[in-house]
Amino acid sequence: MTTIQTHPDDSVAAGSARDAAAASIFTGAAEWVTSTDHKRIGRLYTGFGLLVLLATAVVALLLGIARADDSSEFIDASALLQLFQMYRVGLVVGGVAPLAIGLAVAVTPLQLGARSIAFPRVALTGFYTWLGGTTLVFVALGANGGAGGGDADMVDLFLAGLGLASFGLCATALSVATSVLTTRAPGMTMRRVPLFAWSSLISALGMLLVLPILVGIVIYLFVDHRLGSQGNFMGVEGIGAWIGWAFTVPAVIVFALPALGVAAELVPVTFRHRSVMRGTALAGLGLVGVASYAAATQQLVQDVTFDTDGETFVRGLAPMLILAGLPLLGVTVVLLSSMLTVKSGAAGGAPSIRAPFVFGLFGLLVVGAGIAANFVQGITDLELVDTVSGLSSTFEEGATLLVVYGTAIGVMGGLVFWSPKLWGRLVADKLVMPLALLAVAGALLAAVPLLIAGFLDQVSGYPASQADIDLIMSTDQVDGGAIWITLSLIGHGVMALSLLAFGGLLLKVCTGDADALDDNPYGGHTIEWGTTSPAPAHNFDHVATVASAEPRLVARIDETATADTTQEGSPS
Amino acid sequence: VSAATAPVALPPAAAPAPRRQLLMGTAVGCVAGTMLIGGMLAVWVLLRERVVDAGERFPLDYIIHEVATNIMLMTIWSLCLFAQWAVYAGNRGDRAHTALALGVTGVLALAFINAQAFVWSQMGVEIADEYYGALFYAVTGLMLAVVVAGLVFTVVAAFHALAGRLGETEVLSAHALFWYWAAAAYSAVWFVVYVTK
Repeated sequence: MTTIQTHPDDSVAAGSARDAAAASIFTGAAEWVTSTDHKRIGRLYTGFGLLVLLATAVVALLLGIARADDSSEFIDASALLQLFQMYRVGLVVGGVAPLAIGLAVAVTPLQLGARSIAFPRVALTGFYTWLGGTTLVFVALGANGGAGGGDADMVDLFLAGLGLASFGLCATALSVATSVLTTRAPGMTMRRVPLFAWSSLISALGMLLVLPILVGIVIYLFVDHRLGSQGNFMGVEGIGAWIGWAFTVPAVIVFALPALGVAAELVPVTFRHRSVMRGTALAGLGLVGVASYAAATQQLVQDVTFDTDGETFVRGLAPMLILAGLPLLGVTVVLLSSMLTVKSGAAGGAPSIRAPFVFGLFGLLVVGAGIAANFVQGITDLELVDTVSGLSSTFEEGATLLVVYGTAIGVMGGLVFWSPKLWGRLVADKLVMPLALLAVAGALLAAVPLLIAGFLDQVSGYPASQADIDLIMSTDQVDGGAIWITLSLIGHGVMALSLLAFGGLLLKVCTGDADALDDNPYGGHTIEWGTTSPAPAHNFDHVATVASAEPRLVARIDETATADTTQEGSPS
Repeated sequence: VSAATAPVALPPAAAPAPRRQLLMGTAVGCVAGTMLIGGMLAVWVLLRERVVDAGERFPLDYIIHEVATNIMLMTIWSLCLFAQWAVYAGNRGDRAHTALALGVTGVLALAFINAQAFVWSQMGVEIADEYYGALFYAVTGLMLAVVVAGLVFTVVAAFHALAGRLGETEVLSAHALFWYWAAAAYSAVWFVVYVTK
């Protein structure tokens, strides 16, 4: 018989090891939740943003199943109003906004050569405020709250949560904008700011112009609903009409700017060439930001009617060209500038096409299509808005989905591209490249059928009451309505699958063993590629003076020239 | 390599000095605040127009205490004068006058809050009034919150400037900028809520 006796010292040692491990977990968690390192705050934002967007895509899938078959009792009819609001709020405030601002928080200070983001505690507080607010919104919607909700307390909770989430995003946007304006490396003039950092600045300023208006309206609605007579804002059924503009185009275009910045950043890197007409690309990104003005004025549809004398047409066309045309011009300029860079770069040798570029390019194209759809929506004669109910057609929903899912694709590209600096790991192209194709297929399949159904007068929009949701869920009044909705729900499913796979892959790669990694594995042009991978908490040991918009590219060209000169000068 | 000649590992160099970060952050925050107040006033004007177009008076039953609201306007602009004086005194390294200017700024902010409470009590607006109450308390309550935030900023600036960092006047400049913006915001609120009614 063998007796196994544990030595008293061993059990003490094992207990100490367990305590140490537990302490280490708590210390690690505490470091994460209280961290003022912008890279961690950005990763928290993007992580939760991906999670909420995934949940939203699943909700959209379930809603699609119920919508495709009118007679279906797949979802309880009384829950549809809240579920549809979960879908619309989740897409924007819960999904695309934290993804965009999160990537900006994580990467922008690195690109600027800053040791920290401006006001890091404000950025962190903004994250927790957004997280708490979003949680309250979903809890309230789950308990019969929201616009048109049956439980008065939960309606109040929904409004409070929405206000908090928007306020949190504003706080973080303030941090990002101030960083770009004040913490640039020596020599980095505004014209030398990297394209992604520039797009983050425009996006942050856009958020600061748009979201406070939503906060103001929510304050009114809250006071009126909680304490007032509910006479001014048409009571609980008026809430949707007052806040619906924030969850559709053009407001969501403001959040898409960082995705356009990712694409603009990756084209020169892929084609190993300076960005051609860089100033024009900066202007183009700025023009996309005009969408924030359109959102602030809540001009969702411009009255452009084709008439015989042309007077109404001209009077309606001017604001349409400014509010919807300038963002479209901006994204076209970014695309043209990228194509010129491709042309110039292709002449110099074969490009190095990697996964982030594929994500970035698809993100740019899908968001661009969404901005174009936003432009088309303004033409009154196309009758894309149901003037009887005040609701829009599914064309609006499709345009919003293009912008939201396109932004998500672009942000995924950004996370893969900067993963060496954020996690110290390189995500393998062969693993992640298929996901880019899957995600773009999902985005197009989810959005394009809705654009087509919009021309068939299928109704959508932000529902304010049970009557609205009955109209939205009804597909039998439109020929072929159910087919387009079915195609769209498949798209949501594919998108959910790609988000899930991407999240899982990122988690696996980034918690795996560290690679011996090159500091600049993609051949990036900007200053962040000069620091180690992963970047230390203070980002840079030494901040060099920047003398061009592409300092790493210039340094590489100089090194190559020096090596060539040495080779030529050496005796054979 | 002997100990004497071994390279010394120096800590990272100091970060490049941010370009007036607090001042710029305050300016950006003021832009957001302008959109917040501006958006709320735009909704006020829209709803007022609806009531007036329906042939009713706006507000129906309340008498606005114009003397107190005008005094509030004067208070908040004179408060800016003292905030600017704090910047001037701080730039000169004059601790006593910086403390005095910030102290008066704080007192005037408290006077503004007191006047707002007076207006509320004198007007006696019912928050559950048919259409006016919720609008009135939302706008004036938000303005009061702005002044309370400014008061907190004054206390922070006072601690910062008087606790040995008098030479760093950026916080005083940012503080003054905030009050200029608050005064401009109140001017808009005063005109829409108390003058045009």
